[in-house]
Amino acid sequence: MPDFSRVWDVLVIGGGNAALCAAVTARQAGCSVLLIESAPKAFRGGNSRHTRNMRTMHTEPTSVLTEAYLEDEYWDDLLRVTGGQTDEHLARMTIRMTRDALPFMEACGVRFQPSLSGTLSLSRTNAFFLGGGKALVNAYYATAERLGIDILYDTEAVDLKLDDGFVREVLIDHRGFPETVRAKVVIASSGGFQANLDWLKEAWGPAAENFLIRGTPYAKGKVLRNLLNQGVGTVGDPTQGHAVAIDGRAPKFDGGIVTRLDCVPFSVVVNKNGERFYDEGEDVWPKRYAIWGRLVAQQPDQIGYAIIDVKSEKLFMPSVFPAIKADSLGELAVKLGLDPAAVEKTVAEFNAACVPGEFNSTRLDGCRTEGLTPPKTHWARPITDPPFIGYPLRPGITFTYLGVKVDENARVLMDNGKPSANLFASGEIMAGSILGKGYLAGFGMAIGTVFGRIAGREAARNARN
Amino acid sequence: MRETEATTDARRAMEVCNACRYCEGFCAVFPAMTMRREFSTGDLSYIANLCHNCKGCYYACQYAPPHPFNINVPQVLAQVRAETYEEYAWPGPLAGLFKRNGTVVSLATAGVIALTLLMTMALVDPSVLYQPQIGPGAFYRVIPWWLMVTLAGGTSLFALVALAMGFRNFWRDTGGRADELQRAKPLAVALHDILTLKNLGGGGGGCNDKDEAFSQLRRRFHHFMFYGFMLCFASTTTATFYDHIMGHPAPYPFWSLPVQLGTWGGVGMVIGTAGLIWVKIVSDPAPAARNLLGADYALLVLLFLSAFTGLLLLAFRSTGAMGVMLAVHLGVIFALFLLVPYSKMVHAVYRSAALLRHALERHPTPPPGNKPSDRALGSAA
Repeated sequence: MPDFSRVWDVLVIGGGNAALCAAVTARQAGCSVLLIESAPKAFRGGNSRHTRNMRTMHTEPTSVLTEAYLEDEYWDDLLRVTGGQTDEHLARMTIRMTRDALPFMEACGVRFQPSLSGTLSLSRTNAFFLGGGKALVNAYYATAERLGIDILYDTEAVDLKLDDGFVREVLIDHRGFPETVRAKVVIASSGGFQANLDWLKEAWGPAAENFLIRGTPYAKGKVLRNLLNQGVGTVGDPTQGHAVAIDGRAPKFDGGIVTRLDCVPFSVVVNKNGERFYDEGEDVWPKRYAIWGRLVAQQPDQIGYAIIDVKSEKLFMPSVFPAIKADSLGELAVKLGLDPAAVEKTVAEFNAACVPGEFNSTRLDGCRTEGLTPPKTHWARPITDPPFIGYPLRPGITFTYLGVKVDENARVLMDNGKPSANLFASGEIMAGSILGKGYLAGFGMAIGTVFGRIAGREAARNARN
Repeated sequence: MRETEATTDARRAMEVCNACRYCEGFCAVFPAMTMRREFSTGDLSYIANLCHNCKGCYYACQYAPPHPFNINVPQVLAQVRAETYEEYAWPGPLAGLFKRNGTVVSLATAGVIALTLLMTMALVDPSVLYQPQIGPGAFYRVIPWWLMVTLAGGTSLFALVALAMGFRNFWRDTGGRADELQRAKPLAVALHDILTLKNLGGGGGGCNDKDEAFSQLRRRFHHFMFYGFMLCFASTTTATFYDHIMGHPAPYPFWSLPVQLGTWGGVGMVIGTAGLIWVKIVSDPAPAARNLLGADYALLVLLFLSAFTGLLLLAFRSTGAMGVMLAVHLGVIFALFLLVPYSKMVHAVYRSAALLRHALERHPTPPPGNKPSDRALGSAA
């Protein structure tokens, strides 16, 4: 039980990558640091536990990254997925700083590896963590402990007492007991509100009831809500977030990567009425996976069904849930709970519209449909060979983008534009400043790492003054 | 291999792992896993024996308990591994010795030591047994040459045959062919992996013993034990050569080759086995298969005793205690020889075989045909 009568230099709220980067950086700068993590130790690390790589700018090949990935290309990629809903100044700064993040991470014990199998297209742009995000989180916690950072699990911030942009003190819940923490500077790195279904329903309506939360169940957005209620500036649209289509049989929370389904580009995807609703072959999957969560969320009952035949069975990484198989399309439709006639009609129309071509799963192969709405522009080939295989799809929310506004020093801005005197933010809670919509693989960890380090650095500067 | 609760659990774990693959950089288990989509019991046997039990994947696992998926790869593979020892044991009726193997090994060791002592006393004049014996052939005055050769030769030959049959059973069950065993490159790769314990300590950081922290202790202790064992083996071989070919029977002077090899080998084994026992005691029990600890401890203690009694014999060989020391030491060694095919010692055979199978998989002879690729279009994060 720590001595709550003392004053820490820095209080870090949150226990994921951004929080840890901030805490370690502040501690390395000589500050006393308290880090509070709302999850128990076994589930520490927020969504970082489920991550596996960080998109990293580099000018030449590194031990794990091939070729080069320069600022302008990175920025173009971001611009494309966000459709311009980003902040060029903050984004470019983040991109540049990912380059210097690797040595820091390695010094903290984070290890890297070449890109995982099934992700070859990311070997140039994304640095993969050996053992994944939980291994990364473990390395940071070990570093934090070694440096003498005070860490409290099962402890959450309840109320930040803001007074004209100045945090006087923070009320916390420490293993069920109310306490007050005083710190010269506070860093909020407590994530989005994606695990708060009521909040999701405010934004999405009753549809949110059918969303699955891929990551931590502890991201309830309590700190975010507390700050927004106190006149902190906001960025982002509450309906925007990183949402992918995942296996509809995934658990409500914390299903993580194994619930992902990569079969969409080779499928016909129908809604519960057995009708197609989007071009499944628009682009390679790493560039499209992040739009399918929203696409499915907009369908009736927020469900979709990917249907393939045996030809495509082995073209994608397996999901953890067994494929639903049948010898005929009608039988498959019944197994999926769909109207057989509608599915047979949709597939027959699709099959008839497929233009013959040379199918190639590894590139944009131009195998497309003609005269079909919506079209399928690549990997379109008739679904004819049993067994027929189906997977249900649900929107899987990774994190939400509505967040607090920060400046380039990670300092929180009030809604009148005035900077807070001693409140900083890093990670998903402020990611909306840079990611207004869409998602770029490995960019969440980039923002968390870069802004975590900035917040730690600036907090230390602030605390010492 | 038969289907059991452990293989069912292991298959479920592998299916979750195969959809995740975050541990791919850790050790050979995961690349071997990604080469498969379905897991026959033979596949699981192969994968279970590839696992060096470093536990890195447990601490890195986002699905480890208390997550409801409850993935505990080191534990479930250890369970399967133990079953494979039983499955491939030769002759078949002795497979039951792998049930409660800790008890079996302990009792057998105690029994063989007692029997050796009793036989020595029955065969040898007590005045010889308790008198200092020195000079060439001193040991044979305590335990007659014919008895020593019969017991040592008989038990070690039997052990070799039993291990070879076990290897054959494993190789067949995991889909291996005899002709594969002649390919030099995979053999060299496997030998390198065996001698360096490359896969012990996923990704090079070492094992997770107590918690998330990595440590090279297990690797070092195992090296002490393994290379110590090898030195002792070299010592025995040299001594056999001296005795039977050059007609120069033991004991040999301290600075002679056999004694030097045996002494340093013995010291290595004592350090290694004691260290491994200590690591096991302080280890986090969560990723361990608790019902198998008995077998682990029993073999470590047996190996410790074989080295320690050897060193004691060396220390007291010119005193009246030599006779009893020799009988005890040889009793332990006979027990070890007898138990090699029916103790955790068999892991050496099956793990080596699994590493060879892995090396063969990674260096296939024919160009990989039209095997469908998982690498086509993966997802992002």
